[in-house]
Amino acid sequence: MLKRNIALGFAAAFSASAALITVAQARDLTVVSWGGAYQEAQKKVYFEPFKKATGIAMNDESWDGGIGVLRAKVQGGAATWDVVQVESDELAVGCDEGLFEKMDYSKIGGEGAYIPPSVNPCGVGAILYDFVLGYDKDKLKDVPKGWADFFDTKKIPGKRALRQGPKTTLEIALMADGVAPKDVYKVLATDEGVERAFKKLDTIKNDIVWWKAGAQPPQLLASGEVVMTSVYNGRIDTANKNEKKNFGMVWDGALFTLDSWVILKGSPNKDAAYKFLDFAGKAENQAKLSENIAYGTSNKDAAGLLQPAVLKDLPTAPDNIKNAVEINVAFWLENIDRLTERFNKWAAK
Amino acid sequence: MTAASLTGADAETKMPLKRRLKQAERARQIKALALVLPLLLFLLFTFAGPIAGMLWRAINDPEVRHVLPQTITALAEWDGKDLPDEKAYAALASDLQAARAAGTVAIAAKRLNYALNGFRTILTSTARNLKTLPEPGTAKETLGRINPAWRDRTTWTTIKNASGPVTGFYLLAALDLVRNADGAIVAAAPDQAIYREIFARTFLISLGVTALCLILGFPVAYLLASLPPGRSNLLMIFVLLPFWTSLLVRTCAWIVLLQSKGVVNDGLHWLGIIDEPLRLIYNRFGVCVAMTHVLLPFMILPLYSSMKAISPAYMRAAASLGAPPLTAFLRIYLPQTLPGIGAGSLLVFILALGYYITPALVGGAADQMISYFIALYTTETANWGLASALGAVLLLATVLLALVYGKLVQGQQVTGGMKN
Repeated sequence: MLKRNIALGFAAAFSASAALITVAQARDLTVVSWGGAYQEAQKKVYFEPFKKATGIAMNDESWDGGIGVLRAKVQGGAATWDVVQVESDELAVGCDEGLFEKMDYSKIGGEGAYIPPSVNPCGVGAILYDFVLGYDKDKLKDVPKGWADFFDTKKIPGKRALRQGPKTTLEIALMADGVAPKDVYKVLATDEGVERAFKKLDTIKNDIVWWKAGAQPPQLLASGEVVMTSVYNGRIDTANKNEKKNFGMVWDGALFTLDSWVILKGSPNKDAAYKFLDFAGKAENQAKLSENIAYGTSNKDAAGLLQPAVLKDLPTAPDNIKNAVEINVAFWLENIDRLTERFNKWAAK
Repeated sequence: MTAASLTGADAETKMPLKRRLKQAERARQIKALALVLPLLLFLLFTFAGPIAGMLWRAINDPEVRHVLPQTITALAEWDGKDLPDEKAYAALASDLQAARAAGTVAIAAKRLNYALNGFRTILTSTARNLKTLPEPGTAKETLGRINPAWRDRTTWTTIKNASGPVTGFYLLAALDLVRNADGAIVAAAPDQAIYREIFARTFLISLGVTALCLILGFPVAYLLASLPPGRSNLLMIFVLLPFWTSLLVRTCAWIVLLQSKGVVNDGLHWLGIIDEPLRLIYNRFGVCVAMTHVLLPFMILPLYSSMKAISPAYMRAAASLGAPPLTAFLRIYLPQTLPGIGAGSLLVFILALGYYITPALVGGAADQMISYFIALYTTETANWGLASALGAVLLLATVLLALVYGKLVQGQQVTGGMKN
């Protein structure tokens, strides 16, 4: 009896303190983004000015993505984040699973203010960016023209880096093998297409270094570990601006995708979150972001506020998007597990 | 309370001594228990609970049951030989209508897609195209028209196999096995059978790293144990300094050292030993080097403590009885260090099994260990069932090894391996 009472006492004390902890968590608005140079730029043009303009206290954190992280946060019932920037597949899955609040566009300037691909029932587009072929102009005599050159070790000897995993890698292999950008997913949807991509990868298998985080490719280029790499276009720009590097990139056959802002389900700071998204959705603020880091933005009028010199380096510039492919979210949702297994089988051979 | 029962108890109660003794004993036990209770609760909440949760997730299969309840009921009596009857089709149509309204179609689609690639499209497109409930008796025809997959037995066995509430699907997948349409367990398709290989790779790398740590750590521990205290303390700091440095820092330092234009390659090039840079990183070599460096202190410390306890008199006695140094070492010294070797090896091996950051940063695509895949399925693709199943298999293998180790070292602890 006594033993049980003690146990009960402990349990009561434990749950009481747990309850206290959650009550004490009336916290500030927390915005989560991708870290690195990108988040520095966001701090400068969104976070700090927003705090000044509205007087709302907010803090920012960074994360590495992964729908599992968001699922754990929301289902665990103690989401410490409010607004998160997610990739397109996270947006789709999270929307399916009900992890995000439905986006109320009337509070952020209306759907008409944004470019059509960035409007989603669960989120609003933040940036449009590319995976491009990046290289170091100081080290290469022969400048690569596209993915075909990336796979040509005779023409350009040396190691290359690609993102570890099947996503982006298989598309790049197919384009290198002569598939037109617009047909990539049509070919990849067939077993022969997958075969063909892996066959192409076989040709440079021993020359590939696999990167895992977006910060790695510029480092690999800078240290001379690789001569070419797939890389987010903004990282190349930042390295050139801030580290005085002389990196080049190829827009032809680039893979573009959107990142979106979402509000996590059950956020206690919804009003502040909408105020922030409204602020970050305004054309004049988005234009400042593009001036700081070379990403396209979602507001229809943002591009019009930019100098032509800035615009020509953006993924959204007409010349740059002409031969680019949008990463197909639906395809990867359906095939990511299978092709990840396949990719690792291939890598281990 | 206990004090009272021992002193003034005789007078007021006529309890027999035996019972009073029992009571006093019980009070003491309760006190002892109360002291360890916080730790027990802490372990329960932070250790046993999550592990139980993980094991449960590895066999739990709630999604399809939750989204398509009528279909599951209708398929319960289906023998799986031919296509199911009209009733099952009607149930599915009504389930899909309800799921579409509730926005839960994707949850079932995701789960079914694990078992049959392409199921996500089948289910979501069917739900989308099913504008109204089919007339009674026409469900089979309507669904077949929307998507021919519904005329295929495999589609239905996939749903039946995923009907939960518990499933072996994820555990089988973690061992490269699948259940075919007839319910027999068969090997997975060759291009998807990767996990056995990855488990083998994980164990192999861990074993290699453990062996390297033992070879490098043994002489260091011996030196530490035999030097006079002042100098051995200085050396000990050299051992502990990396031990206190962040894992990430040490791993990144290895990248700087080993990359093709790194310190090592440049040094060798400058000395004229090599013309082309050696490939020292983003391969198995880099993983073994970095992991050995990171885990070395875990080997040295247990070895050192077991060697500290060995009296030098033994070796002197062996020498005075005419044993050559090697014999004396092999027959007298080494057996006494066995507990240290065992503890150090087990510690390093089990830590190495779960390594994630180091192989991810300095390994190639073919050097990723099982933890990389557990992390991938946990965060990126959110296939928690498979992540848990892989974790469960790893846990089981580790526990088995620990048990084998326990059996091996039993009885050697006290005598240091020297039986009379």
